[in-house]
Amino acid sequence: MDFIHSLAAVSAEELISSAGLVLLLVAAWGGDKAGRGIAIAAFAVLVGAAAIALPTLLGSVGGSASLAFEGHVRLDAFAAFAKLLIYLGAGVALIVAPAFFEREGGLRAEFPLLVLLAALGMGIMVSANNLLTLYIGLELNSLASYVLAAILRSNGRSAEAGLKYFVLGSLASGILLYGISLTYGFTGTTSFDGIRAAFGAGPLSVGATFGLVFVLSGLAFKISAAPFHMWTPDVYEGAPTPVTAFFATAPKAAALALLMRVSLGAFGAQPGAWQQIVIFASLLSIVIGALGAIGQDNIKRLLAYSSINNVGFMLIGLAAGTQAGASATLVYLAIYVVTSVAAFVVVLALRDAQGKAIESIADLGGLSRTHPGLAAALAVVMFSLAGVPPLFGFWGKFLVFQAAVQAHLVVLAALGIAASVIGAFYYLKVVKVLYFDDVVDKVRGGSEFANLVLLTASTLFLSPLGYLLTRWLGGLAGNAAAALFRLS
Amino acid sequence: MTGFPILSFMLLVPLVGAVFSLKTGRETARMIALVATLIDFALGVVLWTHYDVGGAQWQFQERADIFAGFSWKLGIDGIALVLLELTVFLMPICIGASWNSIEKRAGEYYAAFLLMETLMIGVFAAQDLFLFYIMFEAGLIPMYLIIGIWGGAERIYASYKFFLYTLLGSVLMLIAMFWMVNVAGTTDIPTLMQYDFPAQAQTWLFLAFFASFAVKMPMWPVHTWLPDAHVQAPTGGSVILAGVLLKMGGYGFIRFSLPMFPIASAHFAPLVWGLSMVAVVVTSLIALVQADMKKLIAYSSVAHMAIVTVGLFAFNRQGLEGSMVVMLSHGLVAGALFLAVGVIYDRLHTREIVRYGGLAINMPYYALFLLLFTMASIGLPGTSGFVGEFLSMLGVYKESSWVAAISGTGIILGAAYMLYLYRRVAFGEQKNADAASMLDLDGREWAMMVPMAAAVLWMGVYPESFIAPMRKDIGVVEARVAIAKPKGDADVKIGAPATAASAALAAAQLKGVK
Repeated sequence: MDFIHSLAAVSAEELISSAGLVLLLVAAWGGDKAGRGIAIAAFAVLVGAAAIALPTLLGSVGGSASLAFEGHVRLDAFAAFAKLLIYLGAGVALIVAPAFFEREGGLRAEFPLLVLLAALGMGIMVSANNLLTLYIGLELNSLASYVLAAILRSNGRSAEAGLKYFVLGSLASGILLYGISLTYGFTGTTSFDGIRAAFGAGPLSVGATFGLVFVLSGLAFKISAAPFHMWTPDVYEGAPTPVTAFFATAPKAAALALLMRVSLGAFGAQPGAWQQIVIFASLLSIVIGALGAIGQDNIKRLLAYSSINNVGFMLIGLAAGTQAGASATLVYLAIYVVTSVAAFVVVLALRDAQGKAIESIADLGGLSRTHPGLAAALAVVMFSLAGVPPLFGFWGKFLVFQAAVQAHLVVLAALGIAASVIGAFYYLKVVKVLYFDDVVDKVRGGSEFANLVLLTASTLFLSPLGYLLTRWLGGLAGNAAAALFRLS
Repeated sequence: MTGFPILSFMLLVPLVGAVFSLKTGRETARMIALVATLIDFALGVVLWTHYDVGGAQWQFQERADIFAGFSWKLGIDGIALVLLELTVFLMPICIGASWNSIEKRAGEYYAAFLLMETLMIGVFAAQDLFLFYIMFEAGLIPMYLIIGIWGGAERIYASYKFFLYTLLGSVLMLIAMFWMVNVAGTTDIPTLMQYDFPAQAQTWLFLAFFASFAVKMPMWPVHTWLPDAHVQAPTGGSVILAGVLLKMGGYGFIRFSLPMFPIASAHFAPLVWGLSMVAVVVTSLIALVQADMKKLIAYSSVAHMAIVTVGLFAFNRQGLEGSMVVMLSHGLVAGALFLAVGVIYDRLHTREIVRYGGLAINMPYYALFLLLFTMASIGLPGTSGFVGEFLSMLGVYKESSWVAAISGTGIILGAAYMLYLYRRVAFGEQKNADAASMLDLDGREWAMMVPMAAAVLWMGVYPESFIAPMRKDIGVVEARVAIAKPKGDADVKIGAPATAASAALAAAQLKGVK
């Protein structure tokens, strides 16, 4: 009976894995010609999985009813919220990829499969309720991601990005495993609930503290929070743009959700122990992300630093350690995912007369006169990332800082928001190039229809119209955050 | 006017205009902009005539809970009303000022302007703390674009400086707002205006708000963005910057700082006075040596705004009312002066004072209007400038005669630099043939100058029209600050009169000593 319940609970994962296996066979026999068809099928699978996850979120499922497989996974509203974001990111990558890879010599049939497998791994990550489940999900996602980064085999930059990601990612996995083993050694359990109980029993032992620090460090690498951010600009720049779009959205959402689950769940009994780590990482990320971006001329590198910067703001919501803070982080995450989608769809559209991608910001000079729509969308993204109202990016910052103030972290909030002004400088620089500079007129390429739809929808979401969604989005994130805090 | 959401409608009209003008060509765009701003002006007139003077404190209220965390709540009192009228009055004139001078990317230009109008009205009409913040901050984007795209040679530096300066000023205010909402449990501005925050917290809250409003105002020494922004902005941008944007700082003080943090306001009043006194003297002297007309007027704006802050922190009715009138008057006069500079800039494409001279000969009507606005800027009785400066000085004199004396030098120095400017531009010999051959005002310029001149004279001769709507609301602010009002040096000290018995006792003691 319990087994049937468990099987039913993970039906989204079952759908993705079985469909993935079938599509693998299709790819093996069909070859790269079947690539586009597989991409469409994979997209349909993701839509199906999202449809399965949605009722969990709407029903605000949580507590012991959400446990499955004897407590190894927890399929609550929180996991569902994160999964929807993951599927959104993966789905967008599938939509934008075929046209891009056509220009690079054809879409390889493995690409949609790897995206699907990565999404499966991330789904497991965010539902993990045990350190081992966590690790399985994380590695499934990571291995797929390493290959994705290097999927353009003949391209030196792509191969380099894949290698860098692999080496540094393995290091982080090692750190994480080391932390897991220490935590297990000092608590005697790998279950999140067990760790929570063991941590709550008394003051934290030195060994357990080390375990906690190593686990958080490993996860900080995955969300590219400073000081574990070094890989981000190189991987973002080198990876093919649809893959970068994928990296900026889905794995970020998954790793952050996992970090929240571990911090607030497993280590939830000792908030003082991890709060200072999160605060440190948060402020450092904000400052390093902002300062690092100033000198960049490559738009993808700029977006990489911007993602480091944004992770810093998300961590402020986590540092608050409250339900409001968790909800704020989730809303921020959702807005950030959409912002990244818009940003990378614009980057995909920037091509010169030969169809080659333009990544230099200086080449975008005066884009507002040659391609007003594209320039306006990028300007909206930039102002939104800078958190200037009335664009919707402001709302994420609004909520995390509000949560921080409510949790009496006024100094953190003040420092964080003051540092956000540094970030505004480089976002303004892009707008300046787009609107104030003389026309360079290098950009030629337009967008495919699907990309245009994506761009329009995401830009409208980021426009002030997004505020009309605040109640709805806040309600969903509130459901998810409530589930995160409802353990029994 | 029950039920009809006139304020939302006033916000909507320019917004719709902005959307429509964005993609159109120059002729259509400017027509759309003019019509939209005129509709808003008409709505403004309706608003004023239907405003019940002496009636409910908050009128034309509307509320829609469509957002999480804050609500769409609008409503105005007398203070907001007059500033709102100023906005809708200046906007059509700004469009007029841009009519011929904006040639490139006109659709976007007018869209940015109309968006600006929406946001400015929103700032004055918002009754929700966070709605206010959003409107307050959002104005940065269109203004950044206006300065950066259509500005002068140094436009990019000026636009960055404007944006980053004001953003840095404002973000800390947001944190303070979170704290306030967390403690008071509401985002409703009228409720917060009556809420007593703990005295120690008020200090921090005041400083956070002060950082924002002082930059916006702008107060010395954080005024340096203003001359750059003014000089580089196109004429219409300068008018709106001087006319309305600077008023947001003063509005912020009178709406938030004073009634919400009265104790801290009293505590920091000497700081505000000190900065204002320095500003009056220093920026007036700087204005005296400027070679660029716009820069001169920009520095004079800083000096005038210092009179506003001095009056606001006088904690009495004359000071508060005077500051409001100075703000209105400066909005008109500085706007008109920038307009006047724009008129000759359009003809000669330079703002260098030395390039002009003797304009009274070939442009007599222009010289006449310029004289009127110069006099109003100096504060000649009969013009709007006099009323405000007189009341502010009166108010601050009650608090501190020293502050009044030093701030008063601003009026003398103001006369010096404005008359010096006028002499160099309008009188003297016609040194340059091209300046001497400029034509006098055309129909469009007449249409912009006449309403401005009429408003300046109206406010100077019969200021009651403008003071009456806000009298009661000034009273509310005055009552709030009364609890912490510092003792002024002009307060009469009533000694105890000597009674006969005590006199006799003193005499007896005197005798005993002998």
